[in-house]
Amino acid sequence: MSEPLLDVRGVTQKFGGLVANSDVSMQARKGEILGLIGPNGAGKSTLFNAIAGVCKPTRGRVFLAGADVTELGAPQRCALGIARTFQVVKSFETMQVVENVMVGAFVRTSSAREARAKAADVLDLVGLRTRANAMAGDLTPPEMRRLEVARALATEPKLLLLDEAMTGLTPTEAQQGVELVRRLRDSGIAIVMVEHVMEIVMPLADRVVVLDLGRVIAEGPPAEIVRDERVISAYLGERRRARRA
Amino acid sequence: MTSDPHIKARRENIFVAIGVVFVVACLPLFVTDVYVQNVLVLTLMYAALSQSWNILSGFCGQISLGHALYFGTGAYVTELLFTKFGVAPWFGMPAGGLVAAVIAAAVGYPCFRLKGHYFVIATIVIAEAGYLLMLNWDYAGAAQGIDIPVRADSWAKFQFLRSKLPYFYFALGFAFVAWLVTYMIEESRWSYWWRAAKDNADAAESLGVDVFRSKMAAAALSAFLTAVGGGFYAQFVSYIDPESVMGFQFSLLMALPAVLGGLGTLWGPAVGAGILIPLTELTRSFAGGSGKGLDLIIYGLLVMGIALGRPEGIVGAVTKRARKGRP
Repeated sequence: MSEPLLDVRGVTQKFGGLVANSDVSMQARKGEILGLIGPNGAGKSTLFNAIAGVCKPTRGRVFLAGADVTELGAPQRCALGIARTFQVVKSFETMQVVENVMVGAFVRTSSAREARAKAADVLDLVGLRTRANAMAGDLTPPEMRRLEVARALATEPKLLLLDEAMTGLTPTEAQQGVELVRRLRDSGIAIVMVEHVMEIVMPLADRVVVLDLGRVIAEGPPAEIVRDERVISAYLGERRRARRA
Repeated sequence: MTSDPHIKARRENIFVAIGVVFVVACLPLFVTDVYVQNVLVLTLMYAALSQSWNILSGFCGQISLGHALYFGTGAYVTELLFTKFGVAPWFGMPAGGLVAAVIAAAVGYPCFRLKGHYFVIATIVIAEAGYLLMLNWDYAGAAQGIDIPVRADSWAKFQFLRSKLPYFYFALGFAFVAWLVTYMIEESRWSYWWRAAKDNADAAESLGVDVFRSKMAAAALSAFLTAVGGGFYAQFVSYIDPESVMGFQFSLLMALPAVLGGLGTLWGPAVGAGILIPLTELTRSFAGGSGKGLDLIIYGLLVMGIALGRPEGIVGAVTKRARKGRP
């Protein structure tokens, strides 16, 4: 098999006495959807930050297409092809929707005209074209989530990190989101998605990594993961119990 | 591509600007009163200065109340070079700009780590430190300042005894250049990076924006233009001392037109200066010697009015209405 696009090797992240990630290793390949699940506080967002370059890990390395990017900051990693969305949306609220997306496009071009054209294409892709001239602050929450994805896509990523991008969407909207993620995967992008809604992530993901208390406790195809004892007790079990109650 | 409303709006802007410059350039045909000409020069100068301030504080969101430091730097560098080394102001003004840009980068390096109000306070304190430094620096005239010898009208030395018109046209050109710089930046990736960094630094970084470097660039450009204005002002008044070119009021007078007209807008500083500066000068002359400070009271009232009624400024309010009116 080809070399993984994203290779996380033994990442440990400590905040004071708190160990948010402990010796986490995982890989994502080109054209693959990797689901990252785990209960609240399992260290999913911390791991995202380590991959995106927001925090430098205490120990361990992060490789993108074979190159060590551990020492690089978030802007340089974006230039190399890592894009992300935020769990709590972070729009540029005083800028128009199309301008928000142009910011992402400017990492590949210095021409405003090209950036604007690119932004229009991406807005088409996520179904926000009609809102292009609205202020980002005036969007509805589901539209803001789509804008996050659009902005990230405008940077032409090789690796897309989606942090609960489907949260708060109606079933129809979520279905559109699922189709979009599939199309992106088929275009050759690697996607790592953190998602709480199992009904979305399990049918979508090619492979799932389960984190609990900062460690990887299981990894494999969704069908195996849902049968894994450790996963059931750590995560799915909670939900099942809750549902029966 | 010409049907693109965005490009059309930009083209309209440049035509309006050229029209305004033309009309203003014709004003001296009707305005012969020296006092009024003086007010016109100051209005144009503050339009340019506020436009420069707007680059850092409006677009990039780093509110500076210490731009008097760069204004004074421009004035002092220009005049020190002129009086001590005989360097013409035409070279002195850009030299002052470069020195100010370097100072701005040196100030920005530690200060851009500060957020919001803390950054504002830091800019005030550093400008005040610069003021105290000049007050005690003997080589630069200390508290007595520098008297610029004016012997005869000369374009080479950029000084004129009788007529204000050369200053007027320089100020007009300066205001237009500052506007043009903003106009060109507005549709470059720098302005997008600045506005993104202002709205949400984390998101900007995730999209490839080097926030720190962007702020440094904005600060350097803003300081450069401000210092050119300082050099011009020194030539215009032909006498400088720390109080008259580095006082805190300059920092305010650069910020207020942009705030009144519309922070981070292309036309805001020019519109704001066009209202504020004549208003100040008129109140000052009506109130006479007893009215010192009255102009500042009027400023205060205007700023309060803006803050309460139209926080987005005059230009911001107009564009908002236009956007709503669109189908």
